[in-house]
Amino acid sequence: MNPKKIASLAALSALILAACAAPPAAAPAQPAQPAQPAEQQPAAPGKKFAGVTVNAITFSGPQIAEPMQRRGKEFSEMTGATINVVTVPFADLYQKILNDFATGTNSFDVIVFAPQWMVDYIEPGYLEDLTDRVKADSDLQWDDIGLFFRDFSATYNGRIYTIPLDGDFQMVYYRTDIAKELGLQPPKTWDDYIAFAKAVSEKKLTTDDGKPVYGSCIAKKKAAQSYWMITSVASAFIQSQGTGQGAFFDLETFKPLYNNEAFARALEVYKETTQFGPPDEINLDVGDTRGLWTAGQCALTIDWGDIGTLAIEEGSKAKDKTGAVILPGSKQVLDRKTGKLVDCTPELCPHAIDGVNHAPFAAFGGWSGAINKASKPEVKDAAFAYLSYMNQPAQSNVDVTIGKTGFNPYRVSQFKNLDNWLKAGMSEQAAKDYLGAIEASLNSPNMVLDLRIPQNQYYQGIVLDGAIAKFLAGEQDLAATMKEIEDGWEQKTEELGRDKQLAAYRSTLGVQK
Amino acid sequence: MATITSSASIPAARARISRSERLAPAVFILPAVLVVLFISIFPLILSLFLSLSRLRFQAGGLEVQFVGLDNYRKLLLGNEQKVLFGVLGEPSLFGWAILACVAASLGLVIYRTARRQSVGAIIGRLLASVVLLGLTYLIAATLFAPEGRPGTLVVTMLYVAVGITLQYLIGLGLALLCAQPLPGRRFFRVVFLLPMMITPVGVGYLFRMLADTNKGPLEPLWIALGMQDFAWSNNAWGARVAVMIGDIWQWTPFMFIVLLAAIEAQEVEPVEAAIVDGAGSFDIFRHITLPAILPVSTTLILIRMIEAFKIIDLPNILTNGGPGTATETLTLYAYRIWRALDIGGSAAIAYILLFLVTFIAMLYVRTLRNRLGTT
Repeated sequence: MNPKKIASLAALSALILAACAAPPAAAPAQPAQPAQPAEQQPAAPGKKFAGVTVNAITFSGPQIAEPMQRRGKEFSEMTGATINVVTVPFADLYQKILNDFATGTNSFDVIVFAPQWMVDYIEPGYLEDLTDRVKADSDLQWDDIGLFFRDFSATYNGRIYTIPLDGDFQMVYYRTDIAKELGLQPPKTWDDYIAFAKAVSEKKLTTDDGKPVYGSCIAKKKAAQSYWMITSVASAFIQSQGTGQGAFFDLETFKPLYNNEAFARALEVYKETTQFGPPDEINLDVGDTRGLWTAGQCALTIDWGDIGTLAIEEGSKAKDKTGAVILPGSKQVLDRKTGKLVDCTPELCPHAIDGVNHAPFAAFGGWSGAINKASKPEVKDAAFAYLSYMNQPAQSNVDVTIGKTGFNPYRVSQFKNLDNWLKAGMSEQAAKDYLGAIEASLNSPNMVLDLRIPQNQYYQGIVLDGAIAKFLAGEQDLAATMKEIEDGWEQKTEELGRDKQLAAYRSTLGVQK
Repeated sequence: MATITSSASIPAARARISRSERLAPAVFILPAVLVVLFISIFPLILSLFLSLSRLRFQAGGLEVQFVGLDNYRKLLLGNEQKVLFGVLGEPSLFGWAILACVAASLGLVIYRTARRQSVGAIIGRLLASVVLLGLTYLIAATLFAPEGRPGTLVVTMLYVAVGITLQYLIGLGLALLCAQPLPGRRFFRVVFLLPMMITPVGVGYLFRMLADTNKGPLEPLWIALGMQDFAWSNNAWGARVAVMIGDIWQWTPFMFIVLLAAIEAQEVEPVEAAIVDGAGSFDIFRHITLPAILPVSTTLILIRMIEAFKIIDLPNILTNGGPGTATETLTLYAYRIWRALDIGGSAAIAYILLFLVTFIAMLYVRTLRNRLGTT
């Protein structure tokens, strides 16, 4: 082992102790589910990958892990490879993978993770360049994968590092039956969203079993998904000139765009929605809001594509009552020169529809699979074949219609062909509605890309999330919240190097549709 | 000649034996010492170094950049100061009263020390008094100030103080009950121990479900109480109380079982003598049982206190430290930023916690030693 590796190993073992300060060590605090092998298939002799073991890691879903295990079994039977799927809590996944790579432990050959983190894995050289393998694999039908996912989820600096398994961006879901009953239109702007939520709330509707129906349910829990939700609201106010403009930092100075009238308005909207939500909304994560949705207790929600398929699952009270639309927009946007919120003009909002600037947010980017560069060649071959198998239309076109997989559509064929959706139990209208909203988001030239710069976890998960949590809890006002975000981001940028961060940010925004 | 040779070799043999006897303890102890050094001291020193560094993953390994006290500066004076210390406000009358009481007590201690002790002891007491007064001010300006808001430091101390006090009192009460010759006491001994057997994460989820007024198992009860629209997690004190109830529920059995053993191990004769002399139950408890279990109690509280400072599972599962920073503890905060790769910052928080625990534990032990010494 070289001295660098020894130093890394020693440093990481020490920091675990440091995080605990005094013995005994602090227990992992998230839903503590220790990594454990999920499925092991005996190797079958005579097959292509007989005797090869592929260790994969992802989060302890059951979403994402479920199709990996199920497809892993099928892959084992076909090829003889052994697929071990190890799962860890989502909050630990990023760090767990990084520790494994950095210490040279290399226990995992395949990682299925958020492509948003890929820069932290690619820069140190931990991931295998898959460009040539992808080109050589016609079964993948690479061109059938949405351009956005090929670019954002799979590619870094022009090279392919991941195989997309999921398509993620946020949309607004509404209850079609309630909208009809109250004579409401699906929200086009955030003001419409609030009006819709308010109307439902004032009506004091209840479900068949007497439970209240809330005007809006948004996952606002601290250290969960809240920072994506606020970004979904803020995007339309901040970005109007197309994807390349970016919605987090100024492209020249790398100064944060989160301390101005536009973000202030987004914060106001975000907080106002709380009035129409469940009483404990600021302690709900997406698991909770999805449960409320399928229980028929929400009239509006912001979520990834999962709601569409969960709504048709057995026991759902929102079946055939779930409509989806592109994230609401705004008629006012940020003037970056003045920091003021100004009315949209054709110059300022070139992509506006009926004067409304929409900026769908590609939050998270969709679960994607990558291969450890340090794995043995035969293991890499098997690992790629496994990822390819899951991605191929024959498998993925079915998996994206099943709610428990957590996979959302990302292939063109998944939008064109309604058969699988109808087979899964969606009505034709619901399928068209759902896929239409996804397509509208995907086709938007003003899509907001999620932050993909070194240590984006700190920028979003610590600074942004922490400030929003304090704002929602009433611990600080709007101005203090924006200042805290700006100061926190600036501090981290100074630490990591402004030029380097700016270059990484510009590089990610080079993606154009 | 043979005799001469033999008599000459005896002192040499004795010398060899005595040398090996002298070395034997060291040789036997050395491996254990090395193991302790390796698994405890070495990481402690290395983590101190990490708290003075910034780590970055890069091609081929880890880049460690020495940044001096910058991580501590960020926490104590920089952007993260509000998370650590909270927002300080003007203490209320009650807050000032507490501060005045503590200041007066410390003044008295220093006065007494100055009259009887050496210069070194006086300096030590002065330093300890300054730190203690600072912590008291922090508590008064955050917990007992209308405009104040406690940070992770005070929240952690609150959990420790309230949690341990109630755990001890409830544990003692249960132990006294189970020490009585009551029917079914064996059954209750086992029942009272059960919470301790559940993992903290399990306890976290259990309390999360119980506190859910909308869909938890206690929903009918909440509705009957008219609390279906109440969300304990929206309210800072509601969330803190929920965390404390969970912690008390889980750790009271530990206090209970140790105190029960101590009560049952006390000598019977003084109790019998007191009964013959006509002493009441309360007098027996106050003058015989309590002094008998005092050594065990002090050790028990010390162990729980050190452990309680590291509370992480319950606030993390119940609220993720929210609403805002209301339930966030030092360990949870360190863990959160460690996950986001701020390893140096996380180590710095861990060291602040280490200093705090050491200071309070030493203060507790010294105060107790003086008290026990005088009695």
